[in-house]
Amino acid sequence: MNIITRVQDSLFRFFDGDVWYSFTQSKTTIVAAIVTVILMLASLLAPFISVHNPFDPTNLNLMDSFTPPVWAEDGRWAFPLGSDDQGRDLYSTILYGSRLSLFIGFASVAFSMTLGVSLGLIAGYLGGSVDAFIMRVADIQISFPGILIALLIDGLARALLPGESHDEVMVYVLILAIGLSQWVNFARTVRGSTMVERNKEYVQAARVIGVSRLFIMVRHIMPNVMGPVLVIATISLAVAILSEASLSFLGVGVPPTQPSLGTLIRIGQDFLFSGEWWIVIFPGITLAALVLAVNLLGDWLRDALNPKLR
Amino acid sequence: MKLKTAVTGLALGAALAVSATAGVQAKELKFAFQGTLTSWDPYRLNETFTLGTMGNVYEGLIHRKPNMVIEPGLAVSWEIMEPTRWRFHLRKGVKFHNGNDFNADDVVFSATRVRAEGSDLKTRISADTKAIKVDDYTVDFVSDNPNPIIFSEWGTWNIIDKEWATEHNAVTPQNVGGTKENYLTRHANGTGPFIMVSHEAGVKTTFKPNPNYWGKKQHNLTSVTYTPIGQDATRVAALLSGQVNMAYPIPVQDQKRVNSADNASVLIGPELRTIFLGMDQFRDELLHSSVKGKNPLKDKRVREAIFHAIDINAIQKKVMRNLSEPSSLMIAPSLTPISKDHFPRRAFDPAKSKSLLAAAGYPNGFEIGLDCPNDRYVNDEAICTAAAAMLSKVGVKVKLLAQPKAKFFPKVLAPNLDYSMFLLGWTPGSLEAGNVLRDLFYCPRASKGEAIWAKDSRNKVGKGKFNLGGYCNPALDALTDQILSETNMKKRDEMITKAMGITVDDAAYVTLHQQALAWGVAKGVNVKQRGDNVFDWRYVMID
Repeated sequence: MNIITRVQDSLFRFFDGDVWYSFTQSKTTIVAAIVTVILMLASLLAPFISVHNPFDPTNLNLMDSFTPPVWAEDGRWAFPLGSDDQGRDLYSTILYGSRLSLFIGFASVAFSMTLGVSLGLIAGYLGGSVDAFIMRVADIQISFPGILIALLIDGLARALLPGESHDEVMVYVLILAIGLSQWVNFARTVRGSTMVERNKEYVQAARVIGVSRLFIMVRHIMPNVMGPVLVIATISLAVAILSEASLSFLGVGVPPTQPSLGTLIRIGQDFLFSGEWWIVIFPGITLAALVLAVNLLGDWLRDALNPKLR
Repeated sequence: MKLKTAVTGLALGAALAVSATAGVQAKELKFAFQGTLTSWDPYRLNETFTLGTMGNVYEGLIHRKPNMVIEPGLAVSWEIMEPTRWRFHLRKGVKFHNGNDFNADDVVFSATRVRAEGSDLKTRISADTKAIKVDDYTVDFVSDNPNPIIFSEWGTWNIIDKEWATEHNAVTPQNVGGTKENYLTRHANGTGPFIMVSHEAGVKTTFKPNPNYWGKKQHNLTSVTYTPIGQDATRVAALLSGQVNMAYPIPVQDQKRVNSADNASVLIGPELRTIFLGMDQFRDELLHSSVKGKNPLKDKRVREAIFHAIDINAIQKKVMRNLSEPSSLMIAPSLTPISKDHFPRRAFDPAKSKSLLAAAGYPNGFEIGLDCPNDRYVNDEAICTAAAAMLSKVGVKVKLLAQPKAKFFPKVLAPNLDYSMFLLGWTPGSLEAGNVLRDLFYCPRASKGEAIWAKDSRNKVGKGKFNLGGYCNPALDALTDQILSETNMKKRDEMITKAMGITVDDAAYVTLHQQALAWGVAKGVNVKQRGDNVFDWRYVMID
C-alpha cells in the first residue's frame, strides 16, 4: 500500500467515522473551527494580506500614530483598524502579533507534550521509585500557578543572559517557560493510562517475546494513550496563548518592537483613558476570539473521543 | 530655669491640644509617583525625585523656595571672608529626628561623606574645598579657586547626623552601582519638617509631621503617604477614584480626561529638565554595536547624522502632545543668558543624515544599542521607540532596552557605563549653566593625564561625573574653569554663551526637548509646583 492510498484511506475513515459525525452535528464547534482556521490562515498569510510589516521600524512614521479606525472621523484606509502610538497599523500588527502568539502557543504545547508524554510513559511503565520521583516533582510544580512558574523561568533567563541577546532569544525563553509550566497535565494523564495499558495482554505478550522496554512504551502503549493527550493539547494551546499574552502584558514577554497580542494590549492600556480605545479593543477581541474558539474545539474533541458519551 | 521648663511644658501642652483638635479632621496627603525610591541614603543617587522627596525629611544648609529663590536652611547666614573662603553660620537649637543636636561637626562630616568614594553627589562640593569647623555653629569652606556660587546646589546636599551615621556604621555612602546596603538605605534621620515612619521599597512609604521642627509650619498635614504607581493609566485611575489625592506625572494623553473630571485637575508648568540622547565617545570599540574595532560615535559626522535623523517635531506633536519645547541646548534657555533661537537645532533631514553616514564610512548604517528608562521621564520609552524607528530609516538599526529606572541607572551611570547610547534627563541643581558645563561636559578624569573614564578610578571622578559619554574638549574645559570662578556676571554670561556654542557645534549630545511638568491634584489640595519637579510638602494645604 503506498502512502497516498494510505492517506486516502485514513481520511475516508475519518470522515466516515464518529468523530466527524459529531463535528457536523455541533454548530458551535463548526463556528469555532471556522474562526480558528480563519485566524490561523490570516496569521500565516500575514505578509501577503497586511498593509505593512509592523516589525520593521523603517515602515513606521510617527506622524501616522493614533489614527482612528477607518469608519471614525479622521480614519484612513491605510489604517483600517487605526494605528497605535508608534504609527503601526493595528490590523497588520494584529496579524503579525497573532502569528507570534500562535507560534509560541504551538511550540510550547509541542514542547510540553513531548516532555509530559515521555515522563508520563516512563513513570507509568517503570513504576516504583522512578514513578514516585517524577510524580512528586509534578505534584510540587502543580501546587504553584503556571504563570508563576513561567515568570520564574523567564526571570532566571533574563538574569543569566546578557542584555543585548534578550530580544533574539526571548521568544524561545517564553516557549521554554510556558512549556515547562504545562508538562504536568500531560504526564499525569499519560501515566494513568499507561498503568492501565501496562497490564493488558498485548503488552504482556510483547514482554514475553522479549521486546525492549523502550519499544513497548513507544510503539505499543503510546498509540493507545494519545486520545486524551490530543484533548489536553488542544486546551493547553488556549492556555499557552493566554500565558504568553499575560507574560507580555506584564512586560516580561516579547520585546516591544515585535508586539504579540499581549504586548499590544499592554501598550493600549496606557491610552484607555485618553479616548484611543482601538489600540486595546481590537487586539483584545482577537485574543478572546482565538482562545475561545480553540477552547470550544478542545471541549468538542474531549466529548467526541469519550466512549462513554457516544 | 525651672520656670522656663514649666513655660515650655505649658506651651508644648497647648501645642499638643491644638494639634489634637486639628487631628479630629485628618489632613492626609496621599501621593503617587511614577518611580520608586530605591534608597534613603541621601548621597546614593543624584536624581530629582529621590533628592526632592528626601528634602522633606532631611535638609541642606540652604533651601529653595517654590519660586526657586534661595533662602536660609540649616545655615542662617553666610558671608565671603576672602575670595576663596566662605563662612556659614549655622542655625542653633535644631534637633535631628532622633533628638541629637545639629552642629558644625555634622556639616563637616557630611562634607566628607558626600565626597567619599561611591557618592553620587560628589559634585556638590569641589574636591579641593575644605570644610573647617570654626566653632560649634560656624563652618568655613576654603577652596583653591574663588567660587561665587559655592552653595547653589546645596539645597539637595542633605546634612546627616554624624553620631547617628557613625553609630550605625554608615560613614561611607551606599554606592549607586553596588548592591551593598547600609543602615541609611532603609532608615532616615534628618532635621526636616517630616519624619519617615515606615518604608517598604516599591510598595509604600509613610511620614508624619515633625512636631519639633524649627521652622514656621506652612502646611496643615497630619500624615503623608507615598505610593509608587508605575502604570500611567493606573496612576490616573488612582487619582480619579480618590485613592490618592496627588499624582505625578500625569501622562500627556490623559490630561484632558483629568481636567474634565470634577474631582481633580492638572497643574501644568514649564519644566527645566532637558531630555537628551548620550553617546559613548570614549571607548575604542562600542559595547553594543555591529561595528568592531572602532567607535563610530567618536566621529562628529555620525553624531550629527543621528541628530539630523530625528524628527523632533513629530515627537513633540505625537509623543508629547505639544507639551515639550525642542531644544538645541543641554539647559533650558530660560536659565541662561542665551535666547531660545540663538543656536538653532540641527534640522530633521534624513537625506543629509544618510550622506553624513556615508561620508563617515557607514553607507549602510550599523547596529547599535540604546538604553532607556521606562518610568522616569514623560513618555521616555515612547520617545526611545520613536527615535529607534527614525534612526532605522537612515540605516542605524537600534536595539532598544527599556527598563525601570532601578535597573537603568546602575547600568548606565558610572562606574558601570554599560551602554552605547542612552536617554537621560538633566536639571542643573544650581539652575545655571555652570553646573551643566561642569557635570555634563567636563572631561571625566580622576587626575590629569589619565585616560577618560579610566576603569579603576571611575568612582573618583569629580568634575564631569555625569559626562557619561566621555565627551572631551580641553578648550571647553579651560573655559568652564574660568566660568566656575568668574565673579563678574556680565563676563560670565559672555563666556557661557561661548561655551554653549562649542557644545552645540561639537554635537556632544543629541538634545531633544525640555518637557512640561504635569501634576494631577485632587480638589481641595493646594500645592506649590516647583520648576525642577520637586514636590515640597512644606507648602501643602488641604481644605
